[in-house]
Amino acid sequence: MSSPRGPKACGGGAADRPIHVLAVDDSSVDRAVIARLLRSSKYRVTTVDSGKKALELLGLEPNVNMIITDYWMPEMTGYELLKIVKESSELREIPVVIMSSENVPNRINRCLEEGAEDFLLKPVRPSDVARLCNRMR
Amino acid sequence: MELGSLQRRYIDFTSALFREGFLDNQYTQLQQLQDESNPEFVLEVVTLFFEDSEKLLDELSRTLDQQVVDYKKVDAHVHQLKGSSASIGAQRVKNVCMAFRNCCEERNQEGCLRCLQQVRQEYFLVKSKLETLFRLEKQILAAGGSVPVLW
Repeated sequence: MSSPRGPKACGGGAADRPIHVLAVDDSSVDRAVIARLLRSSKYRVTTVDSGKKALELLGLEPNVNMIITDYWMPEMTGYELLKIVKESSELREIPVVIMSSENVPNRINRCLEEGAEDFLLKPVRPSDVARLCNRMR
Repeated sequence: MELGSLQRRYIDFTSALFREGFLDNQYTQLQQLQDESNPEFVLEVVTLFFEDSEKLLDELSRTLDQQVVDYKKVDAHVHQLKGSSASIGAQRVKNVCMAFRNCCEERNQEGCLRCLQQVRQEYFLVKSKLETLFRLEKQILAAGGSVPVLW
């Protein structure tokens, strides 16, 4: 169902399979928001609350087309998760986007240097998701 | 109360919330994400915010009550509260959290306790206002009307 005011649907993958995004955030509020944002752009979304759970899921199901993760999480930061993904031969091709509520240039640069696809400032908005969508195509 | 006055009341109440800085544009963003396939989205997210915040406020009391205060822990909790309040547009709560973080940095126990009191106050204020808002929405729908769209 199309909505004139809604973000454009861009979750259609190569074979018209929806792009599957893994969203990682320890905040239940932010998980709910990012999931809704992504789903309203027709992405298929799985949410987990830690880097550890993200890696478990990635180990089981390789059909993840993008990872979007919060930076600041207890036990494993988004940066640490990014590093592990980029150092893994099976996972390194998956684009990783980092989200953070803090605008710290050093942090942003470090993540981009480590191979992050993009860095989003929270609260994430529909326009941010639209931007990602364009990058994915 | 008849539908027309319910709707007018809703409009006045909501406008005041934004005007007085209780809510900011992020709340509007959430409202825009609500639709027929996700009719309770805002309520769901705000409920998560209530649960999360009350847990954090309890943790903050506990942590600040220790003989030796672990300011890293306090800061981590305030950071979380700041994040979730920003995510739902609870602007005044978010602003107090920013001041709170400064007190943490200064390791100022008295300052932190003051901020805790303030953030608690702001939280319960916005909670009660949001509950009123949701109640009004429910009443409007029950009266067969639609909730006015203010954006």
